[in-house]
Amino acid sequence: MSYVIHGKTGDWEVVIGLEIHAQIISKSKLFSGAATDFGSEPNSQVSIVDAAMPGMLPVINEYCIEQAVRTGLGLKARINLHSVFERKNYFYADLPQGYQISQYQHPVVGGGKVILDLPDGTTREIGIERLHMEQDAGKSLHDQDPRRSFIDLNRSGVALMEIVSKPDMRGPEDAGLYLKKLRSILRYLGTCDGNMEQGSLRADVNVSVRKPGEKLRTRTETKNVNSVRFVMQAIEHEAQRQVDAYESGGTVVQETRLYDAGKGETRPMRAKEFAHDYRYFPDPDLLPLELTDAYVEGIRKSLPELPDDKKLRFIGDFGLIPYNASVLVSEKDIADYYEKFVAEVLVRTKLPKERIGTECANVVINDLLGHLNKAGLDIAKSPVTPQMLANLQALKHDNTISGRIAKDVFEIMVETGKDPADIVAEKGLKQITDTGAIEAAVDKAIAANPTQAAQYKAGNEKVAGWFVGQVMKATQGKANPGLVNELLKKKLKD
Amino acid sequence: MTLTDLTLAEARDGLTKGSFSAVELAKAHLAAIEAARGLNAFITPTAELAIARAKAADERLAKKTARPMEGIPVAVKDLFCTEGVLTTAGSHILDGFKPTYESTVTRKLIEAGTVMVGKTNLDEFAMGSSNITSHYGPVKNPWAPPGDKDLVPGGSSGGSAAAVAARLCLGATGTDTGGSIRQPAAFCGIVGLKPTYGRCSRWGIVAFASSLDQAGPMTRTVGDSAIMLNAMAGHDPKDSTSAPVPVPDFEAAVERGVKGLRVGIPREYTMDGMPAEIADLWRQGAAWLKEAGATTVEVSLPHTSYALPTYYIIAPAEASSNLARYDGVRYGLRVPGETLDEMYENTRGEGFGKEVRRRVLIGTYVLSAGYYDAYYLKAQRVRTLIARDFSQAFEKIDALLTPTAPNAAFAIGEKMDDPVAMYLNDVFTVPVNLAGLPGISVPAGLSARGLPLGLQVIGRAFDEETVFATARVIEKAAKFDTRPPCLKK
Repeated sequence: MSYVIHGKTGDWEVVIGLEIHAQIISKSKLFSGAATDFGSEPNSQVSIVDAAMPGMLPVINEYCIEQAVRTGLGLKARINLHSVFERKNYFYADLPQGYQISQYQHPVVGGGKVILDLPDGTTREIGIERLHMEQDAGKSLHDQDPRRSFIDLNRSGVALMEIVSKPDMRGPEDAGLYLKKLRSILRYLGTCDGNMEQGSLRADVNVSVRKPGEKLRTRTETKNVNSVRFVMQAIEHEAQRQVDAYESGGTVVQETRLYDAGKGETRPMRAKEFAHDYRYFPDPDLLPLELTDAYVEGIRKSLPELPDDKKLRFIGDFGLIPYNASVLVSEKDIADYYEKFVAEVLVRTKLPKERIGTECANVVINDLLGHLNKAGLDIAKSPVTPQMLANLQALKHDNTISGRIAKDVFEIMVETGKDPADIVAEKGLKQITDTGAIEAAVDKAIAANPTQAAQYKAGNEKVAGWFVGQVMKATQGKANPGLVNELLKKKLKD
Repeated sequence: MTLTDLTLAEARDGLTKGSFSAVELAKAHLAAIEAARGLNAFITPTAELAIARAKAADERLAKKTARPMEGIPVAVKDLFCTEGVLTTAGSHILDGFKPTYESTVTRKLIEAGTVMVGKTNLDEFAMGSSNITSHYGPVKNPWAPPGDKDLVPGGSSGGSAAAVAARLCLGATGTDTGGSIRQPAAFCGIVGLKPTYGRCSRWGIVAFASSLDQAGPMTRTVGDSAIMLNAMAGHDPKDSTSAPVPVPDFEAAVERGVKGLRVGIPREYTMDGMPAEIADLWRQGAAWLKEAGATTVEVSLPHTSYALPTYYIIAPAEASSNLARYDGVRYGLRVPGETLDEMYENTRGEGFGKEVRRRVLIGTYVLSAGYYDAYYLKAQRVRTLIARDFSQAFEKIDALLTPTAPNAAFAIGEKMDDPVAMYLNDVFTVPVNLAGLPGISVPAGLSARGLPLGLQVIGRAFDEETVFATARVIEKAAKFDTRPPCLKK
């Protein structure tokens, strides 16, 4: 996959790095005991530490450390046993301390990687530079009053992980895949809910362009982009803007920009909004964070199976093609559903799992996920359970219904939530396997269409398919298609 | 018997025996506070609160459920947040601020049974060595010879030192970042201890320089200091820098003596221009310790001369960040402006005094891009060397003896135009903060003008016991009369 901008002066390559702010799943904040629930009444989740009252001191939330280490391990990264919290100093009304406690020179997690699953089934590795912990700021509300700004400190002090990628991405697609894969890993780990609409996952997008083979040129940083689609659009726009700038004889300045989703463009932040000298220095209220190998190993042992491992297992165990496997493992709930489904089908059909793996994958990916996407439902809210879906598969395998009928039954299942056997009985959809009945229908079809029958005899074998359709129509699709085919071919030749 | 003349230990015994009540003791001190208004030692006297707590103390005394400091009147430096009681840090910017919480140290003092009689004056945000930088006006040193010019009590815990010396309370809390307990203790002829960094919780104390700040007791005797430290000290999970170490019985260590103790006399503390009377007193102190069975050895702390400049980089750096929260948004003073930035400028420009603004600027400068390595980082490295000087010395000795300050109390208004001359007051105390060690100032004699002079005993980290025992030997030998002349009529 190579994304190229064809400019007037030739082709341009796009270089992208992402800084992701991921809110750590934790009941309380990074340095205080206040709660972190989203959507609470303004200023209802603020301790005297979060409000930076005089004399207040931060105390690290050990669970947040564990979550950060767990994430680092999930990103196959180096865990730094010694890390340091520093103060990033700047004034803003929603930053009560006048500084953000963050990690700067010594982050808790060093280099790691994320593997992208490309649509063609191949993979690509994106490097992770580092992961560090930091506090979130509060929120300034400028639209509540014509003259005044209001401050909501509920988010103040909430624990974030900043995950910084290497500039390894080369197009909007890469960035989209990276963001989705990272979100998937975080969700598997249970360290971030990945909810971009609620702001638990935000992206700062670093973009530069260059002619192939050149060294890196100046990059810009587009801040706080809050959906996968917007990240991709922001990159597209920003890269094109930079190419246009160079090709019209201008330059690109290193600056911070904002993405305007309404206009679909990036624009520079006012100079004042980013011209800070943050005066980082180690926070004297906190001791350096010292971890032990035993602590890290303990967390490593508790890691769940992650998407990349699961994907390999699915390919090996169920004979799936890599792309299908990557779709199924993209969310843990989907993977779990699929495995449960396969297990239930095995119980009912006694077939080897390599034989039904792909079939079941297709049912989940094409039918179930297709329907859920249309309905806007998560798999957790699926009206069809794996057991019900397995019942449907079993009906197909024992020839009670045909594949075509099965599709109809599935549609009724998702609408009504009824069991497939009941639907088949109720609607009389049981497959006709009685040779006599089918033979009669075949005879009737040939008799009613002498012209087409003559064509077949003259050598136009395609007409056979047309006859199958006629017979199926006559039997409301219930005739066993194999038998219909067999009988038709025999009778048409006669 | 004058109740205000009792030591803390004597008052404790009197209360236990029922010789007088906690209410009587409180009233005597509240009356003294009223009579001594001219000293300006208190920003906020808390008479009503004191009487209420004294009554509760009397009930416990009657029921024989008294706690270690039941009914003892103490004053609290106005840097400690006290629930429901105005807390100013000596600054205009905290106008009207009444915390909804109690600092750990003052909570422990309440839980030990003490009766708070008021919040004492201090240099603004504890930045100063003279108490002149307080928004609430200077404190007067009760030792000023009658008819002479008003003298500073030292600082920043000048209100606490003056209150203890003038018998307005039996003990007071102070905080010490570079000498703020020990130097005013020396100027006011009382005992002031800066415990080991991490011994007392910093939670709820308005922060000046987090890596240096430490709370400690200010009392008239070494024994009282030990009693009060026992009530103040202890690990606090709310302060990540407070040490999870046990608190020994300090009072039991006071009379331990110094027999066999090796006391170091640091060569580098002999300063050019140091008054002869201070050098003499220092020699005298060493002689007293030898007479009591200690040996004295000259030691070297080679990086001493870098301590003051190092301190004046690290402390302002931390302060510039610690004081960022005083922005007019949530509490205290707000001076409006057209924009947010203008509101900040107006509030902080009016709310902070000159010395605080100076240190915020210095601190901001030394942390700025391009200067960080040359100033802050280098200062941190030098700090490590200074701490190493001490740890190497303590391989050969058990305690160090130095003067507390290079001069006695000076007149209010002196040294005002030369901040560096003012900063020199802390030349002997600052290295102790940089190394995080315990140090005590004990009154040891009078200058020719009749002003108190103190000697400093420095100990190993968490060895306040040796510090107390050594200071007690000097106290006994010096036979210092802690009554300032204004009380001798």
